[in-house]
Amino acid sequence: MGLKIDSSLCTGCESCISACPFGLLEVVDDLVRVKDGCTLCGACVEACPIGVLAIEEVTPAAADSRYRGVWVFAEQHHGQIKGVAYELLAKARELADSLKTEVSAVCIGNKLHDVASLSSHGADKVYVVESPELADFREDAYARMLADLISRYRPEIVIAGATPMGRSFLPQVAARLKVGLTADCTALDIDTEKGLLRQTRPTFGGNIMATIICPERRPQMATVRPRIFKKGKISANHRGEIIKVDLSGAPVTSKTKLLEFIEDVSERVNLDEADIIVSGGRGLGKAENFALVKELADLLGAALGSSRPPVDEGWIPYSHQVGQTGKTVCPRLYIACGISGSVQHMAGMQTSDVIVAINDDPGAPIFDIATYGVVGDLFKVVPLMIEKLKDQR
Amino acid sequence: MNIIVCLKQVPDTADVKINPETNTLVREGIKNIINPFDTYALEEGVRLRERFGGRVTALSMGPPQAEPMLRETIALGADSAVLLSDRAFAGADTLATSFTLAQAVKKLAPYDLVICGRQTLDGDTGQVGPEMAEVLGVPFVAYVSEVQEISEKEIRVKRMVEDGYEIIESPLPAVISVVKEINTPRLPSLRGQMRAKSAAVPVWTVRELGVPPEAVGLAGSATKVIKIFYPRRESRAEILAGAPENQVISLLEKLRASGIIPG
Repeated sequence: MGLKIDSSLCTGCESCISACPFGLLEVVDDLVRVKDGCTLCGACVEACPIGVLAIEEVTPAAADSRYRGVWVFAEQHHGQIKGVAYELLAKARELADSLKTEVSAVCIGNKLHDVASLSSHGADKVYVVESPELADFREDAYARMLADLISRYRPEIVIAGATPMGRSFLPQVAARLKVGLTADCTALDIDTEKGLLRQTRPTFGGNIMATIICPERRPQMATVRPRIFKKGKISANHRGEIIKVDLSGAPVTSKTKLLEFIEDVSERVNLDEADIIVSGGRGLGKAENFALVKELADLLGAALGSSRPPVDEGWIPYSHQVGQTGKTVCPRLYIACGISGSVQHMAGMQTSDVIVAINDDPGAPIFDIATYGVVGDLFKVVPLMIEKLKDQR
Repeated sequence: MNIIVCLKQVPDTADVKINPETNTLVREGIKNIINPFDTYALEEGVRLRERFGGRVTALSMGPPQAEPMLRETIALGADSAVLLSDRAFAGADTLATSFTLAQAVKKLAPYDLVICGRQTLDGDTGQVGPEMAEVLGVPFVAYVSEVQEISEKEIRVKRMVEDGYEIIESPLPAVISVVKEINTPRLPSLRGQMRAKSAAVPVWTVRELGVPPEAVGLAGSATKVIKIFYPRRESRAEILAGAPENQVISLLEKLRASGIIPG
C-alpha cells in the first residue's frame, strides 16, 4: 500500500517535488522517488501533469445499506440550542433530499428549551436525551449517549458543529464506533452516484484543501465550521416527531466531575455567534490601543477579536484570539485593524462574508483575502469610522 | 507519576507559501518542527514530574526523520522517548493513528496521565487525543489550561470552554489535551542537550507493537482523501483610495449598500 510511481512516464518536470508538503520527493538519475514518511496525502498526484503518480487503492467493501438518514447533533448550552444546529439542519435537509432519506436531530442535556424549533427547522425526528446528569457537558457521558443512539438507529451520516464541544466529544463517538470523522468541514455534498458524503476541509492552516470520503464504515461523521452554512427558513407546519429517549438503565453518569464554572465576563459577545467582528493586530502597538478597536466594535454591536501577537504580548486575553490556534470565525463582516494577515490568522477568518482590511502596508497578505482594502494609518481611519458612524445615529 | 506525552513532527505552516502563478505550494525552506501545541504538552509533563516525581516518556508516530525531534524532547526534559515508525503506519487517519498510539501507551503501562497538544498545524483536527482515550477506556478532558492538583487517583484541572472555564476532577489514568495558556515552554538546557545526544530512542514497528497491519496506517483508516486542491486565492480586494476621510466614506457607503451595517 503506498504511492505508485510509473517511472516510464516521468519527464522530470519536478512539479510533484514542489507540491509535496513534506519535501519527500526527489529526482535521482532523472527519475522521481519518494523518501520515507509519505502520508499519502495525494498533493503530488494532483500536481503531476502526466499521471506518473498514483495512490494504490484497495477496493472498499460496500457500506452497510441498513444505515439510512442524516443526523444533526443539536448542540445546546444551559438548555439553549445553538445557532449552528439550525445551520446544520438546513444543510442536512439538502443532503437527505439527495439521498432520498430523512433528517433527524439529537439533543442531549437537561431542561432543554424549544426542541420543537428543531422540527420547524426541518428535522423529521428529534431525539431528546434529557437527564440532570447531562445538564453539564461531559465528554464521556455525551459520547456514550450519542454512540448508543447511533448504534440503535443507524444513521448513514452524522454532522455536528465544529465548536469546542463538538470537536472534543465527536472523536470519542467515532472511536467508539470505529468510524471516520472529518473535522472542521467547510463544504459537504453528496456523490449521488455512490451515495457518499464528500467532506471538504482546510489543512496546513488553510493552504491546502482536502476532500474526504468514508467509503465503507457507517455512519459517515463530520464536524462543520459554524456559520459556513446558512440557517433555512422556519416552516411552522413541519411537524417532526419528538422522541424522548428512555434512559432507564442506561449509565448516564460521567467519570469526571464538574466542580465549578467560571464565566468569562470580558467576552460579552461570543465570537462564534457574532455577525460582525472587529479585530486588532500588532499594528495597534500597545494594549491601550485596543480601546479604539473596542469603541468601533461597540458602535457596530460587534465582537472584539485579535490576531495572535497582541495575545502573546498580553494586550488582550486568549479568548479573543482568532486564528488557527485560536477561534475560527465566519461572520458577515470581519474588520481587521493593523493585522498583516499571517497564514494562521487567515485560516481562522477567511471564510467571512465580507472582509475589510485596514493596514498601512499595501503588501500585507491580508489584502489578498479582503473584500475592501484600506491602505492607511489605522489611527486615522478607525477614529474617522467611529465619527461617521456616530454622526449617522 | 508515569506521564506519557504524545508529539508530532509537522511542517512549519508559517513558512508555507503558495506560488501565486501556479497556485501550488512553495516547499523551499519549510522546516520540520515539533507541533507547537505539543511543546506545551511536553512542558506540562516535565513540570508535573518536577513537582510530583516520576518519569516523562515522549511518544510519537512518524517517519524515521522524526527521530531527531524525539531527541529534542529529551533535551527539553523528557526522561525517554519512543518512536513508532513503520511503512505500515503511513497514510493513517486519526482513527488509525489513535489506535496505534494507544497500543504504545498500553505497552508503556502502567501510566497515570497522557498529555496531548490541542491540535496539529497540518491536520488540525484535535481528534487523536480523545480517540486515544476512547481506545484506552479512560476519561478525556479537553482544552486544559491549568493542572491544579494531581494525586495517585485523581487530577483536578481548569479547562477552557466557550464562555469561560470549568474546574473538572477526573480519576486517573486519564488523557488530557492542553492549550497554550497552560505554561511557557522552556528552552533546551545544556545538560538536556548532552543527555539527548547520547540517549537511545527505540523505534517500535508493527512487530514490536504487536498490532495487526490491517488496523493501522491506510489499511486501518476509515476515511480516505480523494482530492487535494489549493484554494483559489485571487486577490479580489477593492482597494479604496484617497485621503482617509474619503476612504472611510466610501467604505461605509459600500457596507451600508450591501446591508451589512445598518443605515
